[in-house]
Amino acid sequence: MTDKPINNRAWLLVAPVLAFVLFSALLPMMTVVNYSVQDTMGANNFFWNGDGWFRAVLDPSTESGQRFADALFRNLSFSFVALLIEVPLGVAIALCLPRRGWVVGLCLVIMALPMLIPWNVVGTIWQIFARADIGLFGATLTGLGLHYNDTQDPVSAWCTIVVIDVWHWTPLVILLSYAGLRAISDAYYQAAKIDGASRWAVFVNIELPKLRKVLVLAILLRFMQTFMIYTEPFVVTGGGPGSATTFLSIDLVKIALGQVDLGAAAAMSLIYNLITITLCWIFYTIMTQLDRRRDA
Amino acid sequence: MRRGVVPKILLAIYLVALLLPIYWLINMSLRTNEDIMSGLTFWPRHPSFEKYSAIFNDPTWVHAFAVSLAYVVINTVISVTVALPAAYAFNRYRFVGDKHLFFWLLTNLMAPASVYAMPFFNLYYALGLFDSVWAVALAHCLFNVPLAVWILEGFIGGVPREIDETAAIDGYSFPRFFVRIFLPLIANGVGVTAFFCFMFSWVEQLLATTLTATEALPFAAVMTRSYSASGMDWSLLAAAGVLTMIPGAIVIWFVRNHIAKGFALGRV
Repeated sequence: MTDKPINNRAWLLVAPVLAFVLFSALLPMMTVVNYSVQDTMGANNFFWNGDGWFRAVLDPSTESGQRFADALFRNLSFSFVALLIEVPLGVAIALCLPRRGWVVGLCLVIMALPMLIPWNVVGTIWQIFARADIGLFGATLTGLGLHYNDTQDPVSAWCTIVVIDVWHWTPLVILLSYAGLRAISDAYYQAAKIDGASRWAVFVNIELPKLRKVLVLAILLRFMQTFMIYTEPFVVTGGGPGSATTFLSIDLVKIALGQVDLGAAAAMSLIYNLITITLCWIFYTIMTQLDRRRDA
Repeated sequence: MRRGVVPKILLAIYLVALLLPIYWLINMSLRTNEDIMSGLTFWPRHPSFEKYSAIFNDPTWVHAFAVSLAYVVINTVISVTVALPAAYAFNRYRFVGDKHLFFWLLTNLMAPASVYAMPFFNLYYALGLFDSVWAVALAHCLFNVPLAVWILEGFIGGVPREIDETAAIDGYSFPRFFVRIFLPLIANGVGVTAFFCFMFSWVEQLLATTLTATEALPFAAVMTRSYSASGMDWSLLAAAGVLTMIPGAIVIWFVRNHIAKGFALGRV
């Protein structure tokens, strides 16, 4: 890693990417910053508001602060539960996959299928599937005598979103784990066999340490996606009932496009973005540390 | 490695659970609305392709499908092309600010699309690109360009640096070396990257619908509109949903052998 030559002309190779990303990230971001420090009386009359919006959003005793704190808590608990199910499940299924043969190819293609469906169609699929009258999932749960209604009952709604996310994204964890498992050389397994190691010992001492890197990646990607979830709950529950499934992105769009409360929405966007970046920076640092340890 | 029956059973159960919602959608799309509302059945009793032919014969749907494919393809081509030299630079050289720049690129993957919806609308409206495939194609570069750099960097790391050096000694100029020697070596990586760009542009809907109105409305957005306008035409909705899965299923077939490595971003 460290023996890479220093070459500042490499900037020329990076320049096109920089131009594209500056255009589509920095330019729009400046608009958001601009809105976040101004207030409006309508009719395009803007005046300076300094850090007013930021203080309101960050202070849970105000109305918008309370709302932000609630959405943040909902979103964090959703991300936590989703990851708690998806990561172990994904690893378990990856361990069940055969190591070679045409079956693997077929399984992987099938598993990637949910990830290739447009997100609002994923919503539609589950909107139908979860209905008690015409959907298999809803009908089965109702048939089992459960009080299930994903548009009326907050608990059902919340659980449905988790189930959708697990259905939609566990394959990502499976594919990552499978790639990690395949990279383990057969020599390790043979050594374990000679030592008479149990299946569990093989998993804990060989597979899990080798999987650490891909798992950090999986957690990072899944955290990012669950933290930014928008389309699926928007289609299935619309953020309701009440605000049971109003996650951060949904709330943001409600404030910005629904109430046209641009200042508050912009301040919230920036804080939201900053939280995401900070959390991901922590993951990223852990990841690069692991890289370095491997290279050393 | 010892293998029992239990893993096979678990795998089978998982695959069935995974396919059930998709099967249900296909089932719905082959039934009429009256049939759907009359009760649950596991098989379509009188399968009909009526809704599919309705979609194929409606210019709005066909146009929207073409539009979706157009912006996805434009975006994929742009993303892969600009990401290639950058990924090479990040992997092979150190330069001032390289680590910061790389992290900054990644932060754009973590930027919620909902944050950008409104400013993008303003930006593309001001540029006169609103409601065109270019608006969506460029907007999706926000996350696809950094993603492409990330994946390609991983694959490029798998090519030994001696190859670059040998080519330089043999008198290859950089562009010629890159196109003639290097690209064929990372062809798999390029394929996988293109697949990912295709996938993320195809599934993203929030920006795609915010930046379009009538002319360049994506297929999946026409779906959302049509059912809010005419009550619940479940059967039509299901048929359209099934059609949105086809491009993805086709693309994935091409990268099936590299998909696992691709999802690990070339890093195993």
